[in-house]
Amino acid sequence: MAASKTLGERLREHGVSRRGFLKFCAATASMMALPPSMAPAIAAALEKARRPSVIWLSFQECTGCTESLTRSFSPTVEDLILDVISLDYHHTLQAAAGHQAEAAREQAMKENHGEYLLIVDGSLPGPDANPGYSTIAGISNYQMLKEAVAGAKAVVAVGTCAAFGGLPAAAPNPSGAVSVMDIVKDKPVINVSGCPPVPMVITGVLAQYLVFGKLPELDEYHRPLAFFGQSIHDRCYRRPFYDKGLFAESFDDEGARKGWCLYRLGCKGPSTYNACATMRWNSGTSWPVESGHPCLGCSEPKFWDAGGFYAPLSAPLGSPGNTLLAAGIAGAVVGGAAAAMARKRAAKAETERQPVKIDELEQKL
Amino acid sequence: MSGLNGIGLVVEDHPSQPIEWDNALPILHEIRHGLHRLSGGGEPTLIDLHALPFGPGDEERLLELLGRGEVEADIDALGPTRVWETAFPGVWLVDHRNAQGERLALHIEIASVPEILRSQSEDIADALTRLDACIAAGAGAPNPPPTNA
Amino acid sequence: MSDPMGFLLWVKGPALDGALAIFALGMLARLVEIFMLGRKPNYAEPKGGEWGPGFKTILTRSVTDPGTFARAPFNVVVGWIWHLGFLIALLLFIPHIELFKGVLGIAWPGLPNPVVDAITAITILALIATLVHRLQHPVKRRISTREDYVVWAVTFLPLLSGYLAYHRLVNPYPLILGLHILSVELFLVVFPFTKLTHVFTAFIARWYNGAIFGRKGVES
Repeated sequence: MAASKTLGERLREHGVSRRGFLKFCAATASMMALPPSMAPAIAAALEKARRPSVIWLSFQECTGCTESLTRSFSPTVEDLILDVISLDYHHTLQAAAGHQAEAAREQAMKENHGEYLLIVDGSLPGPDANPGYSTIAGISNYQMLKEAVAGAKAVVAVGTCAAFGGLPAAAPNPSGAVSVMDIVKDKPVINVSGCPPVPMVITGVLAQYLVFGKLPELDEYHRPLAFFGQSIHDRCYRRPFYDKGLFAESFDDEGARKGWCLYRLGCKGPSTYNACATMRWNSGTSWPVESGHPCLGCSEPKFWDAGGFYAPLSAPLGSPGNTLLAAGIAGAVVGGAAAAMARKRAAKAETERQPVKIDELEQKL
Repeated sequence: MSGLNGIGLVVEDHPSQPIEWDNALPILHEIRHGLHRLSGGGEPTLIDLHALPFGPGDEERLLELLGRGEVEADIDALGPTRVWETAFPGVWLVDHRNAQGERLALHIEIASVPEILRSQSEDIADALTRLDACIAAGAGAPNPPPTNA
Repeated sequence: MSDPMGFLLWVKGPALDGALAIFALGMLARLVEIFMLGRKPNYAEPKGGEWGPGFKTILTRSVTDPGTFARAPFNVVVGWIWHLGFLIALLLFIPHIELFKGVLGIAWPGLPNPVVDAITAITILALIATLVHRLQHPVKRRISTREDYVVWAVTFLPLLSGYLAYHRLVNPYPLILGLHILSVELFLVVFPFTKLTHVFTAFIARWYNGAIFGRKGVES
């Protein structure tokens, strides 16, 4: 359950020196994509931070988001973040199961009513869909979410599935999957999208919330601007090649080996907003474009249905070639019919033409 | 699909040429600005290398360009942190790592001495208390080292 | 459809199909009509061929006769500039080439992005100049109809929106890219019902002119 000691007191109890604490704040600032000069401000805020309760609900998800968070390197920083919060319910990470686990969740929600942070990963079947597609302990996702949101201070939707519907919501969406945003209208929602999100983005958003105690600045999709404010295209190290017009034409061709732009191979970087280009994956090892694969656009809504991962951004969806052909044939028929009718009318007028005498003409004019 | 079946792959023996990226050069300009400001009695500057779109090899090239100076320090606080002065006095590198040796942050600090090297006032206050206790306990008693997490 | 990505996917999908359908239907109807109605039979003895002079005239009419140039130098020069610029921006910009590959299945080499960008900027300025000229020239202002201004607008908007999208001057990017594609769809829908059909009929007309003169054995 949530403790009443501040983070500063807890760290000193652990024997962490002020210098160690400053190092932690510098690393946190870096993780939150804040300028390093903000570390003292973070230190001041964290000194006084209380340890909030966190309930984590997993719905129609592949567990990739939890994996991303936990498989990220577990340095003191990550440990401290998870140590700073009191993770009172997470059915993948917790050891408890069954009725006791659900009872513990309900108790945590009651004791911290109005104060706890609700984290959701995975989409959920909507109110009109068959709830049997996804239940936990016999409770439908929709009902569990509504109950949990009632006492939450804020909701963080982790992963593209929770933020936008993700893979379950891709055509034809058999489970009627909706996003958290579609259901929760009366509490603040932060979307941390990505399939999965960059792990440091998840912890960075949590850290921001813990440090400043309020929501960060959000974009039109409720994503924190600190991590989702720049497109991949604008932070991509291969951008000079796009600007010069040097593109790889196929995988492993000469251009690809020289590290040229992957636009023609289907890169969705220009329309994708995420932190991969600067923060990268696996503790900053690399990221898809650096490994030679075009960006999938996985942090954007409907990216599964956005026209194929290997079709360029400017390529049309559907089959316009067939449309052109069919419409062209229809047009030819229409034109032919119109021309035939016009010819017939002209021929008819020719045969029915009555000669006119000059006197008649002069009378008319 | 982009005709993947039509690609003829040729395996070459010789390693491909190292690619020349030049994303390191703009950072040098930023460092120069910071150093100029410092030399005029101004504020120190902190550059977080984490937030920059480096291509492969850019970071190594930058660190190679900056080189090493006269000072190198190892800090042990929540894992190792290495601080060293580059070949340009006033330009320091602060490499924060966790207990497993994985990098947490890499900063360029343009200052006369990096902040993390200074003894912090809270720690000094704590030291005073402990020194008092040590003196009170008797001059011969061994000093327990400060505990670190 | 109410969010930027949803809007972009709509314009790239159903809206594009609809616009292309209207474009193809309208243009094919027009062209079939033109060719089927053709010309009245000419019973005079032909003094030369039709096809050779017809095709030759398509090319030679690209150069204006001295009289036309003397009367309207602005239209000739600025017209050439923006027409060429428009075609270069449309056909030699690599993301557009990928679009054509997706629709027609064929591709061709393009120009470097900064070159196309510079040409687009010149084209936009030239188009604005033509509008200003049309509004200021007393005769042209008098004879201009609403269709003239509509056609100018639907031609200008894709260039402007494309320029804004390339330079990412409007956020978020999916919105401005969607607007660019929508402006092109508007162009396509309006095309068969306005003087924009000159894209095809100009060359047909040139052929007919050359063919008529050629049959008479006269240089055209």
